[in-house]
Amino acid sequence: MAIQQISVFLENKEGKLAEAIKAISGANVNIRALCVADTRDFGILRLITSDNAAAKAALIDTGAVLVTDVIAAKMEDSAGALSKILNILAEAQINIEYMYAFTGAADLGAYVVLRVDNTPAAEAILKAAGIATLSDEDVKAM
Amino acid sequence: MPNYYQPEIETASREEILAIQNEKIVKQVKHVYENVKYYRDLMDAKGVKPEDIKGVDDIKKLPFLSKADLRDAYPYGLLGTDLKNCVRIQSTSGTTGKRVVAFYTQHDIDLWEECCARAIVAAGGTNEDVCQVCYGYGLFTGGPGLNGGSHKVGCLTLPMSSGNTDRQIQFMMDLNATILCCTPSYAAYIGETLAEKGFKPSDNKLKAGIFGAEPWTEEMRRSIEQSLGIKAYDIYGLTETSGPGVAFECCAQSGMHINEDHFYAEIIDPETGEVLPEGSKGELVFTSLDKEAFPLLRYRTRDICVLTREKCACGRTHVKMSKPMGRSDDMMIIRGVNVFPSQIETVLLNEGYTPNYQIIVDRVNNSDTLDVNVELLPEQFSDIVAENQKKEHALEVAMRTMLGIGPKVHLLPPHSIVRSEGKAVRVIDKRKLHD
Repeated sequence: MAIQQISVFLENKEGKLAEAIKAISGANVNIRALCVADTRDFGILRLITSDNAAAKAALIDTGAVLVTDVIAAKMEDSAGALSKILNILAEAQINIEYMYAFTGAADLGAYVVLRVDNTPAAEAILKAAGIATLSDEDVKAM
Repeated sequence: MPNYYQPEIETASREEILAIQNEKIVKQVKHVYENVKYYRDLMDAKGVKPEDIKGVDDIKKLPFLSKADLRDAYPYGLLGTDLKNCVRIQSTSGTTGKRVVAFYTQHDIDLWEECCARAIVAAGGTNEDVCQVCYGYGLFTGGPGLNGGSHKVGCLTLPMSSGNTDRQIQFMMDLNATILCCTPSYAAYIGETLAEKGFKPSDNKLKAGIFGAEPWTEEMRRSIEQSLGIKAYDIYGLTETSGPGVAFECCAQSGMHINEDHFYAEIIDPETGEVLPEGSKGELVFTSLDKEAFPLLRYRTRDICVLTREKCACGRTHVKMSKPMGRSDDMMIIRGVNVFPSQIETVLLNEGYTPNYQIIVDRVNNSDTLDVNVELLPEQFSDIVAENQKKEHALEVAMRTMLGIGPKVHLLPPHSIVRSEGKAVRVIDKRKLHD
């Protein structure tokens, strides 16, 4: 199952990130995971949240907001677990655009968020390899 | 088949045109010197007498008039005849300072309307056409100019004025309008509205549009032509010289013929005032050859363009001007290259971006830098860094091709460039070149 990630395009300028995060907290949305990409000109804030619709509405004035599908795969919290997932995707010739990891608050499980060039294919291959992925409902309930 | 409103003059030989111009300019300079004290003082200060002007070759000896002179002389200082001989005024919007008020005798109105009639006929107009004029009527020259031209051609004229798009469309469809006259942006809007109402381009009877009074690109022309199912022609003019019709496009759609029997055009270096040879890019200067009430000599339009006398497929012999590429007061010199904000805007529109941008010029280690901040539409950004950087790079390449120098492009989120009231601040020049 793919989950929805919210991306915000921000000016690379002091206070912009604070403004975006403040907007989310004002909407009473909990952030499950986040990752920031920075370049010379702009930053991209990527978020997995407890309530995507509310987060999107709150962020709309702070920058451009985009919703994309990503995969959140569960890993064993042990050496080699991430390597295993990446090898499966590499063998299937699926390109990873970016990724980041987080820990589930309730189950203390390790998760990796993957943005790939072919989400449906990646999902199918991970499923076939017995790797669990989160759904939007799972994220909400975390 | 090319059509002409006044074939004998529109296709006259170069020698004939020159003979007309030489005769008119001698008379005109005398008329201005005798009747316009403001210009007489300028000529005296320069040591030029009417006798020194024996033909158009001597025009370069005359002093220039600029927008500042029009402000200084407001309202009657440049009037060339008694008010009792005048029948009309027209005026500019006054967005860049004081309004310009131009006066007309009946002779001036007739020659202006003839120029507009030439434009309408060049666009294929005849007395069988229904000409919908949705330029503003009133002080603005657009409506009255095209209205008069349409009458002269004998078209059934729909004097709509601007606005009320539903009514425009109702008249257009019910009365089978065949020619549309308005600003290009309004033509584009009418096209969009027709599509929203479920009309196809073939549902209307329009065949041509005459669009002017604001800058527009070739891409915009193609998009208007498609959305309305017409040929779109450019028209040029300014209140200072009479109004629309000073120059107009023919079937070749490759520049606008200047009505040289009434207006003498020069291209000058905006910095030095020196007259540049044919084919050079520079500031357009007009001398009115036979207007009575508001006879401006060597008026600096601030529009930057190129003149060409190459033979035109339409058979007209009058010199052609390119679309204005910018305003001389907008021109930046960056690393020795002339750069206009309009060129950057053209690239952005061509590449599908909004015209919300800001140009920052600076000097680092004695070398000029050019940075262009460009706002993205929400749907244009990607959550993948490389995709956004690819867009920046593509814009940099397109701008380098257009400008001849390479800028740095920076993509910004929507609404990050501050909008000022009215006109946006497009250029920030941080170079301290004049300490």
